[in-house]
Amino acid sequence: MRTWPAWPLWSLWPLLLLTACGGASKGASRPEGAAVDVVDPWVDPSDDLVTGVPRHRGAPADALVNAQARPIAIVGATVLTGAGQRIERGTVVLSGGAIRYVGQASAAPVPKDALILDGTGKFVTPGIIDAHSHLGVQAAPAGRGHNDGNEATAPITAQARAQYGYQGQDPQISRAMAGGVTAALILPGSANLIGGHGFTVAMKPARVTDEAAFPGAPPTLKMACGENPKRVYGEKGGPSTRMGSYATFRAAFLDANAYNAKWTRYRRTQKLWLDKKHRAEKLDAEARKRGAAPVKTENAPEPPAVDLKLETLAAVLRGEVLVQVHCYRAYDMGEMMAVASELGFTIRSFHHALDAYKIRDLLVARGIAINTWADWWGFKLEAFDGIPENAALFTEQGGRATIHSDSAIGIQRLNQEAAKARASGIAAGIAITEDQALRWITANPAWVLGIDEVTGTLEAGKRADVVLWSGSPFSVYSNAEKTIVAGEIVYDRQQGLPPSDFELGNSAFERNTLPGSLR
Amino acid sequence: MSRTSLADVHPRAARRALLAALLTTAALVAPPAAAETLAITGATIYVSPDRKLEDATLVVTDGKITAVGAGAGVAIPASARRIDATGKVVTAGLIESACQLGLVEVELEPAGGDGRFGTAPTPIHAAFRSTDSFDPRSVAIPVARTGGVTSAIAGPTGGLLSGQSAWMSLADAARPAAPVADPAAMNAALGALAIGNGSRGHAIELLREALDDAAQYQAKRGAYDRNQSRKLAAERLDLEALLPVLSGRLPLVITAHAESDLRAALALAKERRLRLIIAGGAEAWRLADELAAARVPVILDPTANLPELMAADVRDDNAALLAKAGVQVAISTLGEASSVRTLRQLAGVAVAHGLRWDQALAAVTSVPAAIFGQPARGLLTRGGPADLVIWSGDPLELGSRAELVLIGGVPQSMQTHQTRLLERYRRVPAK
Repeated sequence: MRTWPAWPLWSLWPLLLLTACGGASKGASRPEGAAVDVVDPWVDPSDDLVTGVPRHRGAPADALVNAQARPIAIVGATVLTGAGQRIERGTVVLSGGAIRYVGQASAAPVPKDALILDGTGKFVTPGIIDAHSHLGVQAAPAGRGHNDGNEATAPITAQARAQYGYQGQDPQISRAMAGGVTAALILPGSANLIGGHGFTVAMKPARVTDEAAFPGAPPTLKMACGENPKRVYGEKGGPSTRMGSYATFRAAFLDANAYNAKWTRYRRTQKLWLDKKHRAEKLDAEARKRGAAPVKTENAPEPPAVDLKLETLAAVLRGEVLVQVHCYRAYDMGEMMAVASELGFTIRSFHHALDAYKIRDLLVARGIAINTWADWWGFKLEAFDGIPENAALFTEQGGRATIHSDSAIGIQRLNQEAAKARASGIAAGIAITEDQALRWITANPAWVLGIDEVTGTLEAGKRADVVLWSGSPFSVYSNAEKTIVAGEIVYDRQQGLPPSDFELGNSAFERNTLPGSLR
Repeated sequence: MSRTSLADVHPRAARRALLAALLTTAALVAPPAAAETLAITGATIYVSPDRKLEDATLVVTDGKITAVGAGAGVAIPASARRIDATGKVVTAGLIESACQLGLVEVELEPAGGDGRFGTAPTPIHAAFRSTDSFDPRSVAIPVARTGGVTSAIAGPTGGLLSGQSAWMSLADAARPAAPVADPAAMNAALGALAIGNGSRGHAIELLREALDDAAQYQAKRGAYDRNQSRKLAAERLDLEALLPVLSGRLPLVITAHAESDLRAALALAKERRLRLIIAGGAEAWRLADELAAARVPVILDPTANLPELMAADVRDDNAALLAKAGVQVAISTLGEASSVRTLRQLAGVAVAHGLRWDQALAAVTSVPAAIFGQPARGLLTRGGPADLVIWSGDPLELGSRAELVLIGGVPQSMQTHQTRLLERYRRVPAK
């Protein structure tokens, strides 16, 4: 399992010091002869770089622990694991936030204090994961005050983060929970070429954004090509064409490259200076012993200014960020791949990717995943060639596809969308299995988000992100009855939608006075 | 099972259908010159949403259903081409109640469509007729057919009075565009966006004024023509277009979501004796009894459950509650022309939230037909038009496919822009 480094708040202290102390290291005012003066904050070069990765990300293992979660056993249901298995009348045991057992009832280690959920006639699947959502950053009710999805003030805003604008009381969150969604990648919109960092969330209401963060999820970055940035910046000074867009992408990453080089040069200079300083200290100590004049040291080299935008792009170039690119057209995806290989970064997945079927060999050869829809197409020119077999063809080629929503309505029925995409594939002679279709909305998006080691399938040891469905998740008539996030039941159909703060005293939940004939 | 024909089951319906066909513009639609005689056999046939016949046969002659019945009792003409539909399900072709098929080709292109109006210089576009710009060769129409949709009420949106919709057959574009009813309705909208100044009350006031002035225009047309009239709230052609609305001949479809707007629409309809249809209706469940009493149908999208500032009381079971109160519920995609094919899924979603299955099928077949004035359509009764779909299974279920679509008795091509792309890219092209 890859461990993502935790970047606690104190990693920002060199930045704080810089702003607080102004030109402290510029040296002109440094007292002469005091060797101790050179022991300044820049001792360990590896501490220097403010990487701009989110706070409180934690480690992947944190996702597997939840002290609030009481033991639950779901018994008698058809279990679809998303890992190749279909178990009839199976048992799934959850405790402490993780899955403890998935299999036949006979061997199930059901804790005595477990809440038993009767799954007879029902289905159990991994929690659904949406690789593309704007929940929280474009919260309901829609309005100017809730429009936090696009920092449409410049084509490159890599420093922006979806987390900063995520409203954990968005009424859309409970509706996604009712659709069996347990995690999602919240992305900035596609107005900008580089919109900013994504925010991987556990699907449950939150008071502050950190409460929604999916523990240990790696950093992601949203980029967009094609019509949307053209449309937005065509009226704002450009770029107004694809020509200008790709030139701007290249320029941005060249800047990041130069920024990386500046820091590399600084670190090298600093290391030389440290060596020199140690030698000087030694000579100084000897000189003092001899009663000779003290040996002075040079001032510390000045670190370059930290630029959060370039810091983000530099991290992309270092391979530390999962790059998520909104692209529809084959030629757009081709050009983005060219940018990536010229500048030296990796694309994790293309989003929407309606033309992916045309270039599935090129995408699969590079290990790039796609996130697409079952049948949404035609609403703009770059969506003109979308076909319902896209996900199936990509899967047949050996690629990783997901069915994503990009919609607060669509996210409520990703299971149905996967069912439609599967039916379209089968009708075209592509034998998509039930497990493959389920993986489109579970294991594969988990991979796109970089959390596949801990969630996305029903396997012992994984996070207890689980859905109990009233029937087959591939039926239009089925509903999620229980949605379980990290071992806690966050949605229970019998109790209805949990109202958000907005809806308290202000919604059908509370003004549930049915008309006379319906009471 | 004894032989049952629809004429036996629904003789009155069949007579009504004939009468309706004679009285309406439907009569203008000539059946294809040489439509072949077809016999669909062995199917589960929903002659109406709440009545199915097992192992049934349906005969189509000259674009019409000439026999339908269970078992082997239906006489099949010797000339008929037989279509074995054993194990399949046959329903009336689906009717999309409110869309922009044929008007909007590409939503986000300024030149990609018609019937998308704003509020400046005027929010009144009543004279707009959808048939003037309807494109029967729209790329989205064959795609809609793959979803079993055989006709659609296509109309304008935007502004206060958006203009006149038309009920269009979605038959293969090899034939000219065929209106089932033209106009089908007058489209209007209430709410903060209707007139562009954010005032919902002002929108209602302007709508009332436009109707008043249409009446004034009608009463004093001579004075108007002699330029001896006070200034009226709309242009001559707009006023003219509102006359059938005033007389109750043409339905007025008002898109509104907030309870206050819905009540205002209902009051206006009572006051003027309009044939009101509500579209959208997110909070319609709150006045279900009043809508039922006033016989005002509601066209809705059952997935529309996001709270809005002025319409926060949204429920997943809006359709079910309305139907239970006795309101006629039609289900619509209410959105992009390219998404009309998802109509049947929306009907299925309504079932998942409590609507009866037969009511859901009715909501995309017989109810739209009835509320737009042609109750013989949307059914598979003898004498009715042969707009029908042979499904591989439950028409509302996600794994089912529309295998054969007949419009006016003619089997439709299932080829689309998308199927052609699939053919081209079914194998990975050589680099």
